[in-house]
Amino acid sequence: MNHIALLMENQPGALSRVIGLFSQRGYNIDSLSVAPTQDETLSRLTMTIGEEGADINQILKQLYKLVDVVMVQNLSEADSLTLELAIIKLNKAKTDVESLLKNYEFEREILDEKDNYTVFKVLGDTLEIEKLLSELKKEEFLEVTRSGTLGMTKGNESLATNDQTKISYD
Amino acid sequence: MAKVMTSGGEALIKALADENVDIIFGYPGGAALHIYDAIYQQDRVQHILVRHEQAATHAADGFARATGKPGVCLVTSGPGATNAITGIATAYMDSIPLVVISGQVPNHLIGTDAFQETDMMGISRPIVKHSFLVQKPEEIPVIVKKAFHIATSGRPGPVVIDVPKNLTDPNEKFEYKFPSDLYLRSFALYDEAKNSEVKKAVKLLTEAERPVIYAGGGAINSNAAKEIYEFGKLMGCPVTNTLMGLGVYPASDEQFVGMLGMHGTYEANMVMHEADLIMAIGARFDDRITNNPNKFGLQAKKIHIDSDPSSIDKIIDVDVAMTGNAKKVISQINKELKAMNFDNKKFDGWMKKAMQWRAEHGLNHNMLDQKNPKDIILPQQVIQSAYKATDGKAFVTSDVGQHQMFAAQYYHFNEPRKWINSGGLGTMGFGLPAAMGVKFAFPDETVACITGEGSIQMCIQELSTCGQYGLPIKIINLNNRALGMVKQWQDMQYGGRYSSISYEDSLPDFIKLAESYGHVGMKVEKLSELESAMEECFALKDKLVFLDVYVDPDEHVYPMLKAGGDMSEMFLSKTEKTFE
Repeated sequence: MNHIALLMENQPGALSRVIGLFSQRGYNIDSLSVAPTQDETLSRLTMTIGEEGADINQILKQLYKLVDVVMVQNLSEADSLTLELAIIKLNKAKTDVESLLKNYEFEREILDEKDNYTVFKVLGDTLEIEKLLSELKKEEFLEVTRSGTLGMTKGNESLATNDQTKISYD
Repeated sequence: MAKVMTSGGEALIKALADENVDIIFGYPGGAALHIYDAIYQQDRVQHILVRHEQAATHAADGFARATGKPGVCLVTSGPGATNAITGIATAYMDSIPLVVISGQVPNHLIGTDAFQETDMMGISRPIVKHSFLVQKPEEIPVIVKKAFHIATSGRPGPVVIDVPKNLTDPNEKFEYKFPSDLYLRSFALYDEAKNSEVKKAVKLLTEAERPVIYAGGGAINSNAAKEIYEFGKLMGCPVTNTLMGLGVYPASDEQFVGMLGMHGTYEANMVMHEADLIMAIGARFDDRITNNPNKFGLQAKKIHIDSDPSSIDKIIDVDVAMTGNAKKVISQINKELKAMNFDNKKFDGWMKKAMQWRAEHGLNHNMLDQKNPKDIILPQQVIQSAYKATDGKAFVTSDVGQHQMFAAQYYHFNEPRKWINSGGLGTMGFGLPAAMGVKFAFPDETVACITGEGSIQMCIQELSTCGQYGLPIKIINLNNRALGMVKQWQDMQYGGRYSSISYEDSLPDFIKLAESYGHVGMKVEKLSELESAMEECFALKDKLVFLDVYVDPDEHVYPMLKAGGDMSEMFLSKTEKTFE
């Protein structure tokens, strides 16, 4: 599994170029999360590519070639933090939520609950979340929504933007 | 300086003029009418009215390929935009700088399924280098400047500018400012290669025993012909060009082994197969070159120069990757080779081996001498005759199919930008409009369109444009009364089951057709009459001549690589092949 962090121009059409590249080149995205950054002209994406044998270097190069893409980094090749949020709605009658969660070290919180259902959030590693979900049976589930993985490298370095390149004409 | 007030439409055309554009190809329509009104009221930019938007893009493309300058076209929204798509994709696949301006419905109608609305940004997205949707009229000059910079720099490509009609309103004026500089965030361009990479490359080049230089369209895009010739001479080894690279190394040079790949020469493919070093310059190891990539160049180390990092290690992993401008990187290598007084004598034996392969199964370039009792014309003879009549100096455009391969094999291109064809996308219908673009760029030069009766009918309407602007293009139609390349595959792989390839009874009388547009039509059916007809055709300097040449319908293009094989596995004729 590879997590890719990407900064791009916060402009209409930019996201569709990134997404389009994946279908155009035959790559699969497992998850994607996108939002503006502290610099309102830039959006930041984290993408997860689960596919075994995907040519990650080729994907990175193709992404970087897009004019709207400012910076790309493979978080999986660096010492990185990754985190995912999932909101899970379960059928309370059919599942014992506490015993289910006791084997996990998630940060968790119940958001909404009545006699026959419970909605809680978990915050943790993507693989752990997937493990949890795989433990649940179909009849236990009402709904689940996930943020997709978010990530950045550890340490004081950042996925810095290159300054605007000035192109002069005489 | 006094303030210049313009509308969006005027700003667009003025910005094109300020980008030194003097000719654009297009077709008007509702969403582009304000822009067309602005064109009418100025004389710096000439507009050429084509008969179909596909032809506008191909003409701009032909102009760009011949001159090295970006081609520009203007179409309206909806069908105008969708008709331009094939031409944009053609330019994209061959890395040709194109700026395509499309009208769009007014802002407030976008998304409402308005009349002649189509999402041009969405439809063109996978086949453009970049695209802009204009949001405010004031930003038009900056967008034009950015579009030209993006289209022409690095690995060139088409850029679309989609302009909503209300943003070109003649009543909404603003101050026109053409930017002197522009700012692009993180727009990476590669120029010279790292010195360490140059050193590594030179080491491999000088230590090799059997090197080959393999140059493609990127070498032409970066205008590297002079440097590659010098490099070829410093190395004294075989040189081959791809279909897109023909002319970047002179075909008449003794080290040139011809085109390589699917229909490459025997000697070029053998040289590639047996080489111990492959030096790729602006070429991308595509499937028509490598044949089966798992069997490609197994004995060879590889050096790859490309302006696009994503072309490197995409299909074939290389030993030395040099991301940069081919012209500059080859200069760097030449400098090193000269500084060390490299003695290339050790490649003499290898060069001789290449010539021996040529002697065994090379192309016969003297087929005009081969008479036959039925006086049938072979397609190869037509190309050789055209070469002879033009002294090898014409610009030659082509369509797609057998005639394209025959032209590539038999018309010896000694200069870059003289051979203009759709290599990547393989677009039938490209040849005639591309020839128009070339002729506008070089009105005093001979421009021939080598085509077939299948391809020419895909953009035949441009005979009308040629009439309007008096373009004396020479159309050499290799008429075999069938879709020849498809037929060849049906012969070789489908047991001669000719599915949907013939239309003999419904072919137009091309002579009358040409005449109806005001041109000259000539028909040749006998080999004994071929050369005099060809000379007459090219001697008619002021007329478009449609030379309809009836050729042997059963001829195949050879050599042909065996599907899934390596580069030494070729069909050499209907009865000979190099493999079991």
